[in-house]
Amino acid sequence: MISRRDFLKNTAKVVAGVSIPLAAIEILSPARVHAIKADSSIRWAFLVDTYKCVGCGFCVKACKNENEIPYDANVTRTWVERYVLTKDGKLFADSPKGARDGFISTKIDLGMGNFQDVKKEDIKKAFFVPKLCNQCDNPPCVQVCPVGATYQAPDGVVMVDRTWCIGCGYCIMACPYGVRFFHPKYHTAEKCNFCYHRITKGLKTACVQACPFGARQIGNIKDPNDPIAKIITTERVGILKSEFGTKPQVFYIGLDEEVR
Amino acid sequence: MKNHVFRPLWVVIGLVVLILIIRPFYVPKDFGIHERGYMYGWYRKGNIEDWKKVSVKYQGKEYCKTCHQDKVTSIDRTPHAIIQCENCHGPAIEHPSEPPKLAIDRTRGQCLRCHAKLAYPSSDRANIRGIDPDKHNPDIECVMCHNPHNPNLEGLK
Repeated sequence: MISRRDFLKNTAKVVAGVSIPLAAIEILSPARVHAIKADSSIRWAFLVDTYKCVGCGFCVKACKNENEIPYDANVTRTWVERYVLTKDGKLFADSPKGARDGFISTKIDLGMGNFQDVKKEDIKKAFFVPKLCNQCDNPPCVQVCPVGATYQAPDGVVMVDRTWCIGCGYCIMACPYGVRFFHPKYHTAEKCNFCYHRITKGLKTACVQACPFGARQIGNIKDPNDPIAKIITTERVGILKSEFGTKPQVFYIGLDEEVR
Repeated sequence: MKNHVFRPLWVVIGLVVLILIIRPFYVPKDFGIHERGYMYGWYRKGNIEDWKKVSVKYQGKEYCKTCHQDKVTSIDRTPHAIIQCENCHGPAIEHPSEPPKLAIDRTRGQCLRCHAKLAYPSSDRANIRGIDPDKHNPDIECVMCHNPHNPNLEGLK
């Protein structure tokens, strides 16, 4: 038979024991979560015209300088890929140093110091495709972050909090587009953020400004009078890897099925 | 309750309690759920301002024009008008105060970015006048003969 003293003692222990895990849980009512969600009047979107891209790589050079990505480290927030399809059905694709120094040779970099020269008359089609973060509407990189260090700003840009990132690398694995990497200096996850310090001041991103051919453009897709939004909403544009359901916000003109 | 199972358990519980006590002090006040909801908007709000504070390095042609109007107007009459000054001259940052002098990229590679001939159908690269870098004076810099501010062949030095 349990004594009154023991009963009270045990009750106090159980209550104290249960309250510890409960203190770690934040209980949210659906109404409160709904109230926080707000629509922004800005949603940044990017438009790439692959016909206009000549593979000069000025965008990559400008991006690395603007965002202080160590220039000689083989990592970059944006890069340009070259695709060469031959008449006998072979596909070659390369992006030496992310095309930081452009494409200055017909020789295609196969990696491991091997190069393949494709003759002009063997080429069926060949073109350049600039790549950068798609600032997805359903960003898988944000979902996997265990600490809330990467997030989507109200205007749609996905950013990394360098003070909060623990460097676990989940987001780098989760991104289907391979746009994330570790910053060689800060040792935190790094990615394109549409030059957030520039677009919020009314400037264009460094890559858009550096492109001499207008192959890259940025605009606010929620503004019906925005010239870029008009092109995206009224013309035929493609997105990368639509099968992932990530809803990318970087749109491409002249996308080929070989481009992944 | 004195055995080898419970002793480490108390240590673990102690650690959990300690972490829970530290947490409210360690986690910033603006950390929480924001506009994009729980799945995408769980973050420290102050980080948005941190990113906005990053300094602008590429100031753009209009900035160069405020002092170097003569250079900008003369290059604007040539096909190179589409190229930003800073693509070759380097980012202005706070020029003229910092850096007082910009490091100009006069290398052959800089010109070859566009002018190495790549006859690629369905890319505008094929339409740019270009050379074969291995055959066209491979040992000397382009700027020995060509003036990038007046790139017409008639303007050869």
